[in-house]
Amino acid sequence: MSVQLLHSLVLVLAALALFAAFAVLGQARLLAAIHAFAWQGALVAAVTLTVAVAESAPELYFSAVLTFSLKALLIPWMLHRLVRRLGLSRHLDRPQHPMLATVFAVGMVMFAYWLVLPLVQSSLAFTRNIVAISLAVVLIGLLTLVVRRQAVAQVLGFMAMENGLFLAAVSATHGMPLVVELGVAFDVLIAAVLFGVFFFQLRESIDSLDVDRLDRLNEAREDQP
Amino acid sequence: MSAALPLVTYTPLAGALLLGLLRHDRLAGWLNVALGAVSFGASVVLAWDVTRFGVVTGFGLRVDDFSVFLVVLNAFVGLTTSIFSRSYMRHVLHTRLTGPHGLRLYHAMYQSFLFTMLLALTTNNLGVLWVAVEGATLSTVMLVSLYRTPEAVEAAWKYFILCGVGIALALFGTVLVYYSAQHVLLHSAQGLDWSVLNAHRAQLQPAVMSIAFVFLLVGYGTKVGLVPMHQWLPDAHSEGPAPISAILSGLLLNVALYAVVRFKMLVDGSLAHTSHPHLAGLLMMGFGLVSFLVAGLFLHRQRDVKRLFSYSSIEHMGLMTFGFGLGGPLATFAALLHMLVHSLTKSAIFVTVGHATHLAGTQSIEHIRGLLRAQPGIGWPFLLGVAAIAGFPPFGIFTSEFLLLSATMHAEPALTILLLLGLVIAFAGLFRHLQPMVYGAAPEGLAPIKVNMLPVVLHLVLVLWLGLAIPAVLVAWLNHATVLIAGAGVL
Repeated sequence: MSVQLLHSLVLVLAALALFAAFAVLGQARLLAAIHAFAWQGALVAAVTLTVAVAESAPELYFSAVLTFSLKALLIPWMLHRLVRRLGLSRHLDRPQHPMLATVFAVGMVMFAYWLVLPLVQSSLAFTRNIVAISLAVVLIGLLTLVVRRQAVAQVLGFMAMENGLFLAAVSATHGMPLVVELGVAFDVLIAAVLFGVFFFQLRESIDSLDVDRLDRLNEAREDQP
Repeated sequence: MSAALPLVTYTPLAGALLLGLLRHDRLAGWLNVALGAVSFGASVVLAWDVTRFGVVTGFGLRVDDFSVFLVVLNAFVGLTTSIFSRSYMRHVLHTRLTGPHGLRLYHAMYQSFLFTMLLALTTNNLGVLWVAVEGATLSTVMLVSLYRTPEAVEAAWKYFILCGVGIALALFGTVLVYYSAQHVLLHSAQGLDWSVLNAHRAQLQPAVMSIAFVFLLVGYGTKVGLVPMHQWLPDAHSEGPAPISAILSGLLLNVALYAVVRFKMLVDGSLAHTSHPHLAGLLMMGFGLVSFLVAGLFLHRQRDVKRLFSYSSIEHMGLMTFGFGLGGPLATFAALLHMLVHSLTKSAIFVTVGHATHLAGTQSIEHIRGLLRAQPGIGWPFLLGVAAIAGFPPFGIFTSEFLLLSATMHAEPALTILLLLGLVIAFAGLFRHLQPMVYGAAPEGLAPIKVNMLPVVLHLVLVLWLGLAIPAVLVAWLNHATVLIAGAGVL
């Protein structure tokens, strides 16, 4: 395959990952949102694989396997299990103002493109597009954290941000050095485990996973004896 | 190559594994102290090596004049806080706030937090720096929620999410720096090595580097506690055990600021010949000044004694960020000195506050009264510590603030007024709360508790010493670091 074609393939896959970010943002059913997140992980892994072929960079094969097993299999599986154990399988969590959130997300995509404009002089249109898309995925993950009230959905937003970062690292720079990639993967894995612990701590303390009920800590708090 | 370097960094890692397995809680407290002592001893040897050879490398680590003084400081505060935490955590165990299981988690996580901090300082790789700073959140988040009260869980969740988001943005910035390096370097595997990047900093693309710096400043700035990304800091400080507040304020904030300054050095080199060479410095000055003023005002509204001092940490971190942003030898020197004295004083205060809250049985400022009468052994260090943090002479913070004011007067005279105003606001904010807590009559029926004031006395004596006369060795050290950061020294 020509490099041109592979580049187009990377862009298509990255655009699909961006679409998955929208799905995570808007999907009210938790399990469906987890599935969208798993697809996003698989797409990022596919991008990694394509870049590995296009640039004949063998170290990226390892990276692709790592991303796929962590982001598409392990973490979604862990979240899936937690949701079932917490009895949230049928739980609906609509984002506050879903229309407004989507409009904001579109605005984020445009903002991401605007922000990477200065890269124009220095590089190919391909890199610019891919950096813009990954930044958009990061920002939509951030937005998910803001508009979702449910702890599991917030974790999905958090992990979607990480996906965007992986996408940027792989496609714009052909992957970070191996030690860094392993370190980041390790951190993400530990974070996923700790989030699981926190779901139970949250349920124990506020009897729900709707984190907007966390409002005890502020300056005007009345004293407890 | 010196054996001290890996010993400093990896002792806490080994300690974390060991303490995670150890079931004997009395022994664990002592082992925690012993590990801190080994790490601190090695850091002193390392400092000696650096003064002789300049830069020490090995095992993928690299220490220069800038990082070595923070390494020694971190190892020292880590050691003294572990001395305090031994008696404090025994008290916590007695009051059943947590069980033996929680205590084991606490000790293991204490050491892994020290490991991430020392790794962040000794690594040369900017990606590993990121991994370590994120690791610091992961290792302390379980400690913030150690007591499992609703407030503690809330604080930990906020801490986790906010710092996670912030640090994710910092990773995006790091990717951009790496991207920029790939156009310059032949071996892209070195593209995240700070020393290599620094050697080629003039060739890095200015446009990419300035975007990267915005992400890095917001990202690591979240961890520094810069306003408006500071929301996690008072919560995490107030709900965690007191030793954790001490090491969060004493170590984590400094290390995050260290990361920002490392990147600023690269960005300054890259932007040197563009139309806006001081972009990074100006951004830091802006964020720093806003944090300094806003935190000073928030001091007045506090009801919780630990929240009070965490806002004071934000205020001081803002001042340091401003100093590093201002640049120039004098301001940089002052900011470095301020890092040192603030870290010593603030951890001493959190240790004292830990004792005071045990004595009074509450963290509410309104219910802590008459410490001088109730237990002078806590009251006096508390009074002196707060006097030091408010910038009274002859303590070291006065020296560094004075130097910073002089530098500002020289470079940006108009901003001196804002700085002075901020200092006065913060001073008033601290003392209106301090006065009733220390003076006045103590509530009935307070029985003096067993305290271990060794760490506090040690820290305050050092801060006093630094205020009266900075030892020549230390001046030479800080001056070397200043030369590295600002390009010229003060001597």
